[in-house]
Amino acid sequence: MESIDVLMLCPMISYLEQELQRRYNVLKLWTAPEKSQFIKDHSATIRAIVGDGGHGADAEMIEALPRLEILSSNSVGVDKIDLKKCREKGIRVTYTPDVLNDEVADLAIGLILAVLRRLCASDRYVRSGKWKKGDFKLTTKFTGKTVGIIGLGRIGMAIAKRAEAFNCPICYFSRTEKPDTKYKYYPSVLELASNCQILVVACSLTAESRHIVNREVMNALGPKGVLINIGRGPHVDEPELVSALVEGRLGGAGLDVYEHEPEVPEELFSLENVVLLPHVGTATVETRKAMADLVVGNLEAHFSNKPLLTPLV
Amino acid sequence: MATPNHPGNHDHQSKELPQVLVLEPPPIMKLHGDRFLNDFQLLKAWESPLPLDQFLSIHAQSVKALLTPGRYPLTRNILQLLPSLQLVVTTSAGLNHIDLPEFQRRGIAIASAGDVYSEDVADMAVGLLIDVLRKISAADRYVRKGLWDTKAEFPLGSKLCSKRVGIVGLGSIGQEVAKRLQAFGCRIIYTSRNKKPSVSYPYYSNVLELAADSDVLIICCGLTEQTRHMINKYVMLALGKEGVVINIGRGAIIDEKELVQCLVQRELAGAGLDVFENEPHVPRELLTMDNVVLSPHRAVRTPESLTAMCEHVKGNLEAFFSNKPLLSPVMNI
Repeated sequence: MESIDVLMLCPMISYLEQELQRRYNVLKLWTAPEKSQFIKDHSATIRAIVGDGGHGADAEMIEALPRLEILSSNSVGVDKIDLKKCREKGIRVTYTPDVLNDEVADLAIGLILAVLRRLCASDRYVRSGKWKKGDFKLTTKFTGKTVGIIGLGRIGMAIAKRAEAFNCPICYFSRTEKPDTKYKYYPSVLELASNCQILVVACSLTAESRHIVNREVMNALGPKGVLINIGRGPHVDEPELVSALVEGRLGGAGLDVYEHEPEVPEELFSLENVVLLPHVGTATVETRKAMADLVVGNLEAHFSNKPLLTPLV
Repeated sequence: MATPNHPGNHDHQSKELPQVLVLEPPPIMKLHGDRFLNDFQLLKAWESPLPLDQFLSIHAQSVKALLTPGRYPLTRNILQLLPSLQLVVTTSAGLNHIDLPEFQRRGIAIASAGDVYSEDVADMAVGLLIDVLRKISAADRYVRKGLWDTKAEFPLGSKLCSKRVGIVGLGSIGQEVAKRLQAFGCRIIYTSRNKKPSVSYPYYSNVLELAADSDVLIICCGLTEQTRHMINKYVMLALGKEGVVINIGRGAIIDEKELVQCLVQRELAGAGLDVFENEPHVPRELLTMDNVVLSPHRAVRTPESLTAMCEHVKGNLEAFFSNKPLLSPVMNI
């Protein structure tokens, strides 16, 4: 069997690495002392790239690999891939939609409950022995609060379905109004933020949606409002978020993503009304395996001339 | 010397207001004051310098109604000092502080919290479960300690969808929990004192069989002689090494020593606990575990629930004193 060179951009779960190594000759970019040299050395043979949400291929890398045929991303977010370049050069791009909708939606609700009901703060309270001295303060009810969703795609819909089980009225902003939902549509994020108590970012990152949650939106959400970001860090103007929280103009935040991961603004560490997660939206054993199966399955389909499982380009 | 009259009540007709005895202020009173009970004359036992039995003998002989928090045990001794008592209104969802057979024997009605708290308690149960399975509190600690870098990955969590959730006690709270978790794709099964004909979830007649078929157990029942230490070593072993226990009922429903042992020996994958056997004491082994989430008995403590409880208490007292049916009478003791 001809050994196909596949460039892996970053470490991933061992299950995926093993499945790739069983089928292909895997070149691990992160082990190279000099990355651009490594790519040059193998540029004549690399036919596929495996990346993830944080590691994609920009124009420079794509140009450096004349034999590149396919980029299989272990993620649903593809903002790190120069899709336009891929289209120009006829390079296929696959991703991992749907298998992670539940996971990300579960985490969004988990973040809402953790922020509103102060789960992390009260856990710290117990562990530090403070309960022996007095009761923890009151926290605010989740059931019945209005949830506003930015982006009513697959993940947004999964979040809405769960929030409905808590009797939450649902409203949303999307690029286009969705004709077949019963949820209330707002034509701007600002209006959405003015009319909900919990704002969830669930859209994809594009040039248009960068900093879609800005100072104005956060002020509109207000001192009792809570922002949940399970999209991408750049969706939110992070310095503005920090000052809104520190100054009390925003009631709280649950964050799984940040503008410059793994950096998290340290001003947030002392705030009780904030929950900080290290980009774990899809981080369950089951979902990571399902994603890995799609990554491998797409490559297998491509190299045996079968239809791709989940193509984006 | 403290008088039994409402301190702020200057109403000349105060003698005509129905009397309500309060032995110790419930949380709603501590937080909201007692203006919501302005239509009643409150006998505040805790404000008197007299020892309780003297106070009751002198001032409470004709008292018909008692308002009580959950933490105050209503024993036979107290009942003996209240010969005219006809109603107890409790602000607690649990009834384990009330000697139920004795109350029944004396024909004293009990007005419970009804389902005022059920949504908040269910929200807490779901929050604790997601936190344990997805390691939310542990990950938050990890980030705040500055441990996040892209080389070492934070440990993976476990999926909620299609987990079998065994609900122990399908009352008002249990049903709210079930409704929420169904939306996450969980499969609901349950045990309860009686099978509920109006629900379609599979019923198990005992908790051991329920545990054997569950990935998660959520304790939503009350504490009684039958349920004390019902979640014992065998139940936890049946739940299994991947199993998770969530307790928003009462600490003593679980054999806490065994729970700690199972967690230490990895016979259980994790636990989310809002209640403990000996609050506010929490077993020290739990304080350093990453796979448990600890909450200081506060599932009902939201301003929304407490405000609703003020209205609910007032409603029950009004109903009683105008000879109407109670809003939330406790029926099957």
